[in-house]
Amino acid sequence: MIRLESLYVVAGLMFASFAVFNLLDRANPRRVINFVFWGVYAVTFLFGGVLPHFVMGCLAIALALIAGTGKLGRSPSAGESGEAAMRREQGARRFGNRLFIPALLIPAVTLVGTLTLKYVPFIETKNVTLISLVLATLVAFAVALAMLRDSPTHALKGARHTMDAVGWAAILPQMLAALGALFAAAGVGHVVSELVTNWIPQNSAFAVVAAYTFGMALFTMIMGNAFAAFPVMTAGIGLPLIVHQFHGNPAILGAIGMLSGFCGTLMTPMAANFNIVPAALLELSDKNGVIKAQWPTAVLLLIVNTLLMYCFVFRF
Amino acid sequence: MLVLIGVPIVVIGFALRLNALLVVTAAGIATGVAGGLHTVEIVSAFGKAFADNRYMGLVWLTLPVIALLERNGLREQAKQLISRVHAATTGRVLMLYFVIRQITAALGLTSLGGHAQMVRPLIAPMAEAAATKRHGELPDAVRQQIRANASAVDNIAVFFGEDIFIAIQSILLIKGFLEQNGIVVEPLEVSVWAIPTALAALIIHCVRLKLLDHRLSRSLYVPGTARRQGAAS
Repeated sequence: MIRLESLYVVAGLMFASFAVFNLLDRANPRRVINFVFWGVYAVTFLFGGVLPHFVMGCLAIALALIAGTGKLGRSPSAGESGEAAMRREQGARRFGNRLFIPALLIPAVTLVGTLTLKYVPFIETKNVTLISLVLATLVAFAVALAMLRDSPTHALKGARHTMDAVGWAAILPQMLAALGALFAAAGVGHVVSELVTNWIPQNSAFAVVAAYTFGMALFTMIMGNAFAAFPVMTAGIGLPLIVHQFHGNPAILGAIGMLSGFCGTLMTPMAANFNIVPAALLELSDKNGVIKAQWPTAVLLLIVNTLLMYCFVFRF
Repeated sequence: MLVLIGVPIVVIGFALRLNALLVVTAAGIATGVAGGLHTVEIVSAFGKAFADNRYMGLVWLTLPVIALLERNGLREQAKQLISRVHAATTGRVLMLYFVIRQITAALGLTSLGGHAQMVRPLIAPMAEAAATKRHGELPDAVRQQIRANASAVDNIAVFFGEDIFIAIQSILLIKGFLEQNGIVVEPLEVSVWAIPTALAALIIHCVRLKLLDHRLSRSLYVPGTARRQGAAS
């Protein structure tokens, strides 16, 4: 049976290899702390299903403390050598468009897998997309190794340099999910809804709609995730005011409310996997470069969403 | 009121440019304490959420394949390919990717794109190469701006495409939340209302990409340079 847990083992082994490569990298004075960081992360993947939640929590907090020291760092050997550039030029000439085959196999096999794996008996059906993605990656890896006659060690070493560039930002989405869980457990949603009902003018339908869409965007910016903001803002403003008081349509409220949250996602460094990680992957010197490219679209769309909701939510 | 302590911690921590991972952890612990949870409960809540959300880390599995392909010239070949297409401009390359990404996301295929497996090895080099072909060697600031725009396209197209698909996580979350509050809606009733915003996103962002092309031509066009005049004609 292929389950999510099996995929986590594969990922755990990869992170463990990043840890070991870091430890063996004598050129990097920060190799030990890098080793500990990726080692702990590997353990959370390999044993996350069996360790008690308390132990997992300790490991997660340990990762945050290691990142907080500011001592994680890339190896100087990650820099460009002329030899590597020459290899790439030669590779492009030698393999030509065949280089695209493994890269495009990832989406192609994912697509096929998503459509067909549901009918295969030994696959956990509710996670079929993630399973397809990982299987596609493994297929692409095998094809790339055979085609390029290169070694998996080089692949993992290259991947490790990229991972070191991304660093702790890779883990932030998981930590934000934890923050969302604690907000829920502590009853933050309830308090926010009390505050909001006391503060916004409740007799103007437009004010209420704007408070909801802009509130979704703002709270998403703080939480880094529209999914965490949605229950809080919808319980606080959406349902009591827009639906119950002004008789708005809850389906429209939900759809456009969530999309207003996505506008917030485009503007916050807290949404690390969308905004900060790409900046590291693309080697941007300004880590907010992606946000700067996005914010005008995000602001315009937030205004559009507010108007759309005002026009539709009371009419259908 | 005290349970809101996490919000100012996040805002202040960010303003002071402290490590975001540490700030988020501190905000979580403070919220738990303010909410009257025990230490063990707080740490366990972290652990449970961390374990449940491990799927977020699976995307990194594509890194070794991409690293191997890049080591053997994938990005160089992507540039090569685009430089042979005469009509290609940075804006047009990105618009095409926007449309493909948004349509596939609307069909539920959100994992067909992504920053590690599509933008870094293929889309960003193509967008850069399209500009290089027209304007010659690019200043570093311009290259960075083009790359940032490539990532922005991936995000915006997927965000405002995926909700049209009825079985995507966010639609199920909306349905589930409304149901908890005694309101039953069909996923299709929700997802159909994602279409107007999706169209608005397409129009707004494609206009901005068109403007990006204009900006590139204006800032990079230097009269009197034979090569650049030739490329611009």
